[in-house]
This record gives sequence, structure tokens and C-alpha cells, in this order.
Amino acid sequence: MKDIVISFEEVSRAFGKKRVLDHASFEIAGGEIVAILGASGSGKSVTLKTINGLITPDEGKVEVLGHTVTELSEEELSPMRRRVSYLFQGGALFDSMSVFENIAFPLREHLDLSREELREKVEELLAMVDLEGVGPLSPSELSGGMKKRVAVARALALEPEIILYDEPTTGLDPVTGETIAHLILDLDRRLGVTSVVVTHDIPLVLRVADRVLFLEDGRFDFTGSIEEARSSGPETVRNFFKSGVIHA
Amino acid sequence: MIMNLSSLFSGPVQLVALLGGAFRLGWKALLRMVTPPLDLKESLRQLDRIGVGSLNLTNITALFTGMVLAVQSAYTLSKFGARLYIGEIVTLSLVRELGPVLTALMVGGRVGAGITAELGSMTVTEQVDALRSMAADPIRKLVVPRTWATLIMLPLLTVMADAMGILGGMLIAVFQEGLSSSFYFSRVFRTLEMNDLILGLSKPAVFAFIIAIIGCYNGLNARGGADGVGRATTNTVYAASIAILIADFFVTKLMIGLLP
Ligand SMILES: Nc1ncnc2c1ncn2[C@@H]1O[C@H](COP(=O)(O)OP(=O)(O)OP(=O)(O)O)[C@@H](O)[C@H]1O
Ligand SMILES: [Mg+2]
Repeated sequence: MKDIVISFEEVSRAFGKKRVLDHASFEIAGGEIVAILGASGSGKSVTLKTINGLITPDEGKVEVLGHTVTELSEEELSPMRRRVSYLFQGGALFDSMSVFENIAFPLREHLDLSREELREKVEELLAMVDLEGVGPLSPSELSGGMKKRVAVARALALEPEIILYDEPTTGLDPVTGETIAHLILDLDRRLGVTSVVVTHDIPLVLRVADRVLFLEDGRFDFTGSIEEARSSGPETVRNFFKSGVIHA
Repeated sequence: MIMNLSSLFSGPVQLVALLGGAFRLGWKALLRMVTPPLDLKESLRQLDRIGVGSLNLTNITALFTGMVLAVQSAYTLSKFGARLYIGEIVTLSLVRELGPVLTALMVGGRVGAGITAELGSMTVTEQVDALRSMAADPIRKLVVPRTWATLIMLPLLTVMADAMGILGGMLIAVFQEGLSSSFYFSRVFRTLEMNDLILGLSKPAVFAFIIAIIGCYNGLNARGGADGVGRATTNTVYAASIAILIADFFVTKLMIGLLP
């Protein structure tokens, strides 16, 4: 068994009266690719944000790469966050900066690269997502799919050990979706990157996931391989693989 | 009636909550403003946006305020046969009070709302979370540059506004009251003392801080899409205006107590 790199122990978080996470527990091992499934509004994004401390739970313990996230202040979270990348659902590119500046941002923030090294690194990252030459454009000039890919490039910049993907392929055409799936697998195989993928995209799940975690009523009561999910998972999960939709 | 009453009270209650949060943000920002690193590029970008964009607005406001002050004081003073004191009245009112307050109210509305709209849209599109997720500090990256920029620009705009207002006063003194411009200006310069300048410049510094921090606070706490950003922006105009007027009273009291 590999080392556990992410663990939730009895984590709860409510917004107003709504309990989004309710004593949720799970563990993810280094190098795993885990898909988080769940109905819209079930708390998948909240789960990802709780992993890297963007949302603080009301109770419970979150550990990531040996850091106890739930006990650390915003400043103390920096060393962990430096090693964990987050791909936001909407991309979250800085719209006051060019594509180049967006991807250079984490590099400038944490590494001491020369101008030339920086340019090379950014170009290399853009090439990884098939977007050579768009560096000077502003995010507002990009299509939705291009934005998402730029966001992927930015998330890869610091060579993270864990990547949290929030719906990486939603709104992409199948071919671009396949590029992303390939990237996720490639990062895992080549560099042993741990990936947590929130998605509704069945082909993506089938293609990349070692394991699925199913979020329902604030808990992760089902976890297992795709085969297990299909055969012995709860009805909602089995239906998801049949019909592609999750009914709450 | 009940609706009216509850909205009457919810305003002040929200305002107190906001001032509490803004106070905490202000303190954190202050600590980071005086310690490196400073994002110089972003600060200069903000300086340009805030300063140049506001100049016309505050200058026109000040010009007409100076003229109105002169017309009003000429009217009042003539009753006491003291028409010659127009220069003194206009200058002291402008430098000590109206220049700083009116400029801050104008800039507070425009700049504060602009800051809230910008940071608010960054917040609801998760750009602020993106900063945090990359281990960057949103206060250092976003709040500090905007606060420094406002802190530098507002006193400059106020000095410009004072000058424009005094000029406006002169127009009335010369063309309506038939005084000579050299007489008017000699009165202006004779009456201004160090205390007036200290008071007249410490106010815009305090107001600038208030405007930037309330603007940033509302932006960073905007929730729920474009709609929420709109509400936050309106709230900034309201809260910054009230906070400026309240602070004006206390700064005036304090400075008059402190200065000889
Ligand atoms: N910052 C917040 N403030 C208040 N409520 C929130 C906040 N973030 C999330 N919520 C609420 O928590 C619930 C779960 O939201 P979340 O974004 O995690 O859903 P999701 O599973 O990612 O859904 P989707 O598939 O639509 O992205 C929702 O009811 C949402 O309104
Ligand atoms: Mg989501």
C-alpha cells in the first residue's frame, strides 16, 4: 500500500442550514487517480476546496502531504499549496493579465527564473496543452475550451505532486477532452502525480480513474474501482454509468 | 411600515458588521504595506487608473464649490461690512474641510466602487481563490497596491482641488465683488498656516485608507455572481461615504486638540 497523501476524517461543513459535508471520510494514496462523482450541488467543489484549505471545515481533520490542513493558518498553508495545484471549474484565469502572465504567475511567485528560462518554461507548458503561440492574448480573447487548457497549463507550472481537477473536460469538445485525459494519465505514469478529478464525464472516468468516490448526502459512503461501481455500487452510481446522469 | 422600519435598522447593523470586517482587513493590509515585497507593477497600474481617472471629476467639483463658497460668503459678509474677507473664508473652508471631504466623497464613490467591482468579479469567478491556491497572498497582491495607490493619489487630488476651489473663489471675488486678484491672493496666503495644511493633508490620507479598504473588503466578500458584485458596489458607495463623514468629525476633533 502506498502512502496516503490526502485524508478526510469525519469532515463536516455547513453553509447556513445546508450541511454540505456531513462527517465525510476518505483516503487517497500517492499516485492514484480518483474520480469524485456526485449530483450537481452535492458538494464536490466544496470537497476539493477543503482539501487545499480554501474552505475551512466546521469539524473534522484534513491531512494533505503530511500537513494537517485543518490546524494551519493561511500563511502556514503555503508550503502545502506550493505542492498541490487546483484547476478551477471556470478556469479562474486572471483577466487583467495575458495568457503568458497567467502561466508565468506561479513561476514568478515561487521560483527564481531568468527572463529567458521563464519564457521557455511557459512555451513548454503551452505546448503541453496544444496552445503554442497564444501567450500574448488576453483571456477574454480565448474560447471556453482554450481558457480551460490555459488553466491546465498554469496548474502544471510548478510540477505539483497533487492536482485537483474541478470538471476539467466540461464544455470541451471530445477531441480536446481526450487531450486532457491523456495529460492526466501521462502525468500519473511519468511523474507519479496524484489526481483528484471531479467530473460528470463518463468517458473521462472510464479512461483515467483507478477508483471512484461517490458523494451523496454529505458523505463518501461508496468507494471502489470502476468495475465495482458498475456491479455492486449503489443504484445511483450504477445508473450514472448506464445513463451518464446522476439523479439526486 | 414594518418593511420600512426593518430596512431602516438593517442598514446600520450591516454597516457595523462591515466596519468590523473592514477594520480587520485594514490592519492586515497596514502590516503588509510597510513590509516587503511590494508589487510595484500592480501599484503603478492602480495609481494610473485611480489618479488620472478622477482628476476632472474632483477639479470641476472643487471649482464650483469655491465659487459657491465665495458667493455665499460675500452675501453673508456684506451684512457685517466684511466683504474683504472672502479670501480667508474660502481658503480656510476649502483647505481644512471642503477640499478633503468633497474630494474624498467623489473619489470614494468612483474609486471605491471601481475597486469593489474589480475585486468582486475576481472573487466570484474564483480568481481570488486561484491566488490563494497558488500560495499567493490576496492582501499583498490586491489590497496593498490599491491602498497605496489611493493613499498617494487622494492627497494630490485634494491639493489640486484646493487650488481649483481657491481659483473659483477668485473668479467671484474679482468679477462679482470687484476685488483685485492680487489682493485676493495676498489674503489667501496670509491666512494659511502650517496647522491648516497638516489638517488638510492628514484628512485625505485617512479617507484614502477608508475608501481603499472598504472597496477591497466589499469586493473580496462579494457573493453570488454579477448580481452580488452589483450589490457590493452600491454598498461601497454608501459605506465609504458614511465612514468618511464620521472619520472627518473625529480627525477634526483630534487634530484641533493635538495641534497648537
Ligand atoms: N462559499 C459558499 N457560500 C455558501 N454556500 C456555498 C459556498 N460554496 C458552496 N456552497 C453551497 O454548497 C453546496 C455544494 O456546492 P458545490 O459547489 O460543492 O457543488 P458541486 O457538487 O461542485 O456542484 P456542481 O456539479 O454544480 O459544480 C451548494 O448548495 C452551494 O450553494
Ligand atoms: Mg462544482
